[in-house]
Amino acid sequence: MSGWRGLIVPVVLLLLGEAAFRVFGYVGDTLAPPSAIFRGFAEAIGDGTMVTTTLQTFATVLGGTVIGAAFGLVVGCALGFWNLLYRFTYITIECLRPIPSVALLPLSLMIFGFGYKMEIAIVGFATAWPFLILTYSAISQVEPRLLEVAKVFGFGPVGTAWKLVLPAAAPRLMTALRLCIGIALVVAVTSEIVSNPQGLGHELMIAQETLRPHRMLAYLVLVGLIGWGLNNLLLWLQTRMFRHRGEVDTEVAA
Amino acid sequence: MSGKSGSVVIEFRDVGLYLGGKEITQNVEFNVRKGEFVCVIGASGCGKTTLLRLVSGLYQPTTGSVHVDGKKVDGPSRDVAIVFQDYSRALLPWRTAAGNVSLALEAIGMPRAERADRIHALLGKVGLAQHAAKYPSQLSGGMQQRLQIARSLAQGASILLMDEPFGALDAMTRQSLQDEVLELAADTGATVLFVTHDLEEALYLGDRVVALYSNPGRIARIVDIPLTRPRNQLSTREEPDFLHLRRELFGLMEEIHA
Ligand SMILES: Nc1ncnc2c1ncn2[C@@H]1O[C@H](COP(=O)(O)OP(=O)(O)OP(=O)(O)O)[C@@H](O)[C@H]1O
Ligand SMILES: [Mg+2]
Repeated sequence: MSGWRGLIVPVVLLLLGEAAFRVFGYVGDTLAPPSAIFRGFAEAIGDGTMVTTTLQTFATVLGGTVIGAAFGLVVGCALGFWNLLYRFTYITIECLRPIPSVALLPLSLMIFGFGYKMEIAIVGFATAWPFLILTYSAISQVEPRLLEVAKVFGFGPVGTAWKLVLPAAAPRLMTALRLCIGIALVVAVTSEIVSNPQGLGHELMIAQETLRPHRMLAYLVLVGLIGWGLNNLLLWLQTRMFRHRGEVDTEVAA
Repeated sequence: MSGKSGSVVIEFRDVGLYLGGKEITQNVEFNVRKGEFVCVIGASGCGKTTLLRLVSGLYQPTTGSVHVDGKKVDGPSRDVAIVFQDYSRALLPWRTAAGNVSLALEAIGMPRAERADRIHALLGKVGLAQHAAKYPSQLSGGMQQRLQIARSLAQGASILLMDEPFGALDAMTRQSLQDEVLELAADTGATVLFVTHDLEEALYLGDRVVALYSNPGRIARIVDIPLTRPRNQLSTREEPDFLHLRRELFGLMEEIHA
């Protein structure tokens, strides 16, 4: 692993930040030195809120992504397999897709009230479309020669889908999942900041409203770390799963 | 002269094909007999692959018809196997060599318990027994093409279509694969329709050579190859008949390309 080089810049920035605070002696409600942010971490872990709220956000990210990806996978496959279906539905999809998921917060709130359900619904909506589109394109990009192989071997639609199309599309589907997890985290934290009183986003707001910038920044750093960690975890899985193909497509970083 | 007197298994009856409004194939008429090894040569884009696709049922003729074992071809059949030109695309990169062969056995519905032995035997036949657990990306080009051949044999077809299978390989690999294919064909008694752009390869392998004109693809000449079998990379290529036919076909190809 030569990944340690990537740590140089953040560490230097942290040290510079700390030094700047020491030299200029800034005190205020918006910024805090790295040492204070570390203290914020310690406090939030110590009183248990960081763990609880992280789990809350994780639950919605995972729940929403599972629902959104399942919907996207099923519909995306259907559209990929039956081009006629695609021609019938693509306008509808293209109209629904650009709706900002946050704009659905009031609606979701009216239906589900505060809590997990409304947030999961929003995250599910936000992830379903990219997953659908990426599934569709993954399936359309399956090597035509493999479809001919399926034909000459006499596989029916189910056998072709199961033995050739889905495995061939798997690396791209994994990339789609990675992208969607990133989107899910952004949308979950946003809905917690805007309305849902739980999770990391809400905690971040509380810290800001109670004028504790060091704690707010600790949560901000945590959200960044979680996003980075999830992406790396999936990237690692993807590389392991598809290492034999010599064509793992890792360029889309969420 | 393996089985040249056998029954007709592939029949092109005045076949014409249009694709996208363009005439690709015109008035193609010839037969292949059981156990025969027929090579198709012609310039790039003259419709060699198209002929194989017509036999395998991937294309339907616009006029005329193609018959296999007396039955009109209307789709892929278990009795016709095909080895594609681009092995790297035709193999499943996520399956090992054994897994790729298994695909053909799964297709014919062979129970899982019987597959392992059959896979081992087939990989052994093409000299890949030691590489059963490797993925295509870990195999050389020649090995990948051997794997594709093993996979097509797994289907148990009596007709083998091969589309420039050795086009991308170096001369040495190519020669050993030529001999392996001749051996396999002799062992299994399969009927082979073999496309190549290499005139000498066609002469070395075939009982007959079908030469095509381009635009649209038509038969220019069908030549019998009266060379004795088994053939030998050195002596066969030095036989007077070989040299004579080579000169004759070379002249024909020049004429075609002109
Ligand atoms: N699906 C298609 N639609 C339209 N034209 C096609 C299609 N497939 C092939 N052709 C055309 O048919 C002609 C013959 O193609 P084919 O692939 O059979 O040639 P070939 O002799 O195998 O060439 P090569 O030696 O380069 O493989 C070409 O001119 C090609 O452009
Ligand atoms: Mg071709």
